[in-house]
Amino acid sequence: MATRNLGGFLVLVLAFTICEAASVFQPISDSHLSAALELFAPVSGSFGSLEETYEALRTFEILGIDKKPDGSSTTCHSVEETVGSSSSTPKDLLYALRVNRILKCKVNEENFKGIVSMLKAAVNDASSLLDFYYSVGSLVLIKEQSSDADLLLDDADGIFHSIKALSQSDGRWRYSSNNPESSTYAAGLALEALAGVVSLASSEIDQSAIGTLKSDILKLFDSIEKYDDGAFYFDEKVVGARQHHGPLSTTSSVVRGLTAFASVTSGNLNLPGDKILGLAKFFLGIGIPGDAKDFFNQIDSLACLENNRISVPLILSLPATVLSLTKKDQLKVKVNTVLGSDAPPLTVKLVRASVSGSKDVSIENLDLKFDKESASHFLDVLPKTVDVGKYLFVFEVVFHDSEHEKVYATGGRTQVPIFVTGVIKIDNTEIAILDSDLGSIETQKKLAFTSFIQSFIGQETQKKLDLAGHNVVSLSANHLQKLRLSFQLTTPLGQVFKPHQAFLKLRHETKVEHIFVVGNSGKFEIVLDFLGLVEKLYYLSGSYDIQLTVGDSVMENSFLKAIGLIDLDLPEAPEKAARPPLQPIDPYSKYGPKAEISHIFRAPEKLPPKELSLTFLGLTVVPFIGFLVGLLRLGVNLKNFPSSTIPATFAFLFHLGIAAVLLLYVLFWVKLDLFTTLKALGLLGTFLLFVGHRILSHLASASAKLKSA
Amino acid sequence: MARSTSKDAQALFQSLRSAYAATPTNLKIIDLYVVFAVLTAAIQIVYMAIVGSFPFNSFLSGVLSCIGTAVLAVCLRIQVNKDNKEFKDLPPERAFADFVLCNLVLHLVIMNFLG
Repeated sequence: MATRNLGGFLVLVLAFTICEAASVFQPISDSHLSAALELFAPVSGSFGSLEETYEALRTFEILGIDKKPDGSSTTCHSVEETVGSSSSTPKDLLYALRVNRILKCKVNEENFKGIVSMLKAAVNDASSLLDFYYSVGSLVLIKEQSSDADLLLDDADGIFHSIKALSQSDGRWRYSSNNPESSTYAAGLALEALAGVVSLASSEIDQSAIGTLKSDILKLFDSIEKYDDGAFYFDEKVVGARQHHGPLSTTSSVVRGLTAFASVTSGNLNLPGDKILGLAKFFLGIGIPGDAKDFFNQIDSLACLENNRISVPLILSLPATVLSLTKKDQLKVKVNTVLGSDAPPLTVKLVRASVSGSKDVSIENLDLKFDKESASHFLDVLPKTVDVGKYLFVFEVVFHDSEHEKVYATGGRTQVPIFVTGVIKIDNTEIAILDSDLGSIETQKKLAFTSFIQSFIGQETQKKLDLAGHNVVSLSANHLQKLRLSFQLTTPLGQVFKPHQAFLKLRHETKVEHIFVVGNSGKFEIVLDFLGLVEKLYYLSGSYDIQLTVGDSVMENSFLKAIGLIDLDLPEAPEKAARPPLQPIDPYSKYGPKAEISHIFRAPEKLPPKELSLTFLGLTVVPFIGFLVGLLRLGVNLKNFPSSTIPATFAFLFHLGIAAVLLLYVLFWVKLDLFTTLKALGLLGTFLLFVGHRILSHLASASAKLKSA
Repeated sequence: MARSTSKDAQALFQSLRSAYAATPTNLKIIDLYVVFAVLTAAIQIVYMAIVGSFPFNSFLSGVLSCIGTAVLAVCLRIQVNKDNKEFKDLPPERAFADFVLCNLVLHLVIMNFLG
C-alpha cells in the first residue's frame, strides 16, 4: 500500500517534469531513427510514388540510416523510365532526379541531354511559379548528376525577373500572374527556384535584383509568428486557399528556399539568429510527427538549418530537469546542433538560478565543466544554497572562438525550469485528544507516530515497514473533545517546507469520508473540534480511520498513510439531521457488465397431467358408445333407406354432403381461415340444400303415400 | 314410511317405464341422442372441475356444442312427436332438415370459437 502510494506520487512528479520538459527542446535523437523506420516502411519493396520514395530516402539519408530499399532496382527502373520518357512532366522529373541523386542509378547520359532541352524550353515558356520551380529544380539536379550536359541558362536575368514579378510587396508570392492569392508557401518555392536560377546563370545576375530579393526575405520574416516558448513559424494567412498548407509544411518550404538562396548568394542576409533558432525550435518542438509527410518536412528542414550559411542554430538541452538532492544528481547540459552533432568548443555558463516566482538568486555566474566523453557540460555538486523547489536556471553559451558567434545562433540566454527534489524531514509529530473547555491533554501520542512515519519514509529503516502495523495509533474521543494533529516539515537546508497537499482524512466504517486541509502557520497543525463537526460527521459514531496525505512534486517522500483509528462517541442524531450521503457506487462499475435484462414472458398455464386428459378423452367417447349400444337395443335399422337408385344416390350424397361440411369444419379448426371456410361452405351448403331437398321431399311424399294408403 | 316411499317410487318408475315403452322408436332415438349429448357435456364439466378452466374457450365450445345439439334435438323431438297437435301439418322431414341446418350453423360457430 505504502509503496504503491509513493509510486503514484513519483509518477505524478515524472508526469509533471515531462510536461515541463516540453519547453526544453531536445535535438533529434535515436527515437527519431526508430520512428523513421516505422513511418517509412516500404510496402513490398517500394515506397509508393517517386515523391514518397524521395521523402523516405531523404529522411534516411539525413538520419544516417543506411537502409536503401530492397527494391532499389525497381525504384531505379522507374527513375530511368521517368527520365527516359518524353511525356514526363517536370514534376515527375524533379522527384525522379531527386531519388536518383540519393540512389545514383545508372541513367543514360543521352537521356539527360534529351530532357535538358525540354526543361529549358519549359523554363522559358513557364508562366506559373510551380512550372518554374519544377523545371529549374530539375535542371539544378541534372547539373549535379551529369557532367557534360549544357545546362547554363542564357537568359537567367529574364527568368529571374519573371519569377520575381510574381512576388508581393509583403514578401509573399503568387502562384501565377492571374491568381491574386499570395502565399507564404509559394514564397519558399520561389526562393528555391530563384536560388536554382542563380546557380544556373551563365553570367552574373544583377546584384541589385538580388538585393531587392534580400529585402523581400526580410519582409517575409516580418510576418513570422511566435509561440510563447520561443519557437518561430510561418503560417498561411489565407485559409481555404486552393491548396492549403499547414504551419509545418509552410515553414519548411520557407526554410528550404531560404537556405538554398543563402547558399548561392554571397553577402549577409541580416536575419536575426534568434529567428533561425526559433524556426529550429519550432521543428524540434513538434516531437516525432506521426505522419510521413510531416516527418520528412521536419527532418529535411532541420537538415537545411544544420548547415545553412545564415546562422546554425545550437540547441541547449538538459538530459534531466529533475535533480535529486538525495541522489546528488549532477546538473548536466548538452549543446548540440539540431541534428545532434557536436557543437564547436564553448563554455556553458550558469548565469543565474532562482526559485521560480521569487527574486532570490541561489546561484550566480558559474561555469560548467566540460566532459569530453559524454560531450556534456556539468556542474559537479549543486551549491549548498540550493534547496528543494522549482527553480529557473538561466544558461548562456560562450564560444571559445569569437568567430563562431557569427556562424552559430544560440539565442542568448536560455531559461530552463528545473525541479530540485529532496527528502523532507518530518518532526515534532503529535496527535492528541484535548478536552474542549480545559484544553488539558487527555491523550497524547507522540513518539509512536513520529517513529512510525520515520520508519515509513526513512531509507535506513525501510525494513521496518512490515512493522508499521504496530505503530498504528488508537484513540477515542467524544463530541466534547478535540483532536489535534501537528507536525513540522523542514527542507534539507532546514527551512520550513510548504507542500502542495496536506490533508487529513477521516473515514467512517460506512465509508463516509471527510477531508480536512491541514493548516499551516509555521507549523502544520489541525484541530478538529468534534462539537462543531457533529453535523458534518452526520452524527455517525464509531470507528474512523485517520489518513494523512502530504505531497509535493519536489518532495521525494510524499506519502499517503493511514495513521490509525479514532473511536468517536457522538450524540444521537436529531430528527432533522442530514442523512449521510449514499456512497457513490464504484466508478469503475460503469464500465463493467450491465445488469442482465430479464424478459418476463407469460407464464405457461398449468396443464394437467397428460394421463388425466387422455382418460377424459376416453370418457367422452363412452356416451357415444352408450348411444350406439342404445341404438342397437332399440333395434334401429336402415330399412327406410330408399331402395330405388335415384333417391338412394341422393340420400347417399346428402350424407356425404353433411360429412363434407363437418370435415370442412375440422379443416377450419386445424388450418383454414374463416373466409375460405365460408366460401367452401357456401358451395357445399347449396349442394347440400339441393340433395337434402330432393331426398327429404322424396321421403315426405313416400310417407304421405303410406299414410293415404 | 320410508318403505312406502320406495314402493311409491318403484311404482312411479314402473308406470313411467310402461308409458315410455309406448313411445315411438324414432322419438326414443332422439331421447337417446339427447342423453348422449348431455352426458358428454357432463363429462367435460367434471374434467373442468378437476383440472381448471384453462383453455376456457375450448371448454365452452365443447360444452355448448353438446348442450346446443341437445336443445336442437329436443326441438326436433317436439316437432316430430305426433301428439303435439300444433306441429301436425309439419312433416318430420322438414323438421329433420331444420335440425341438420341448425346443427351445421351451430357447429360453424363452435368451430370458430374453438380457437
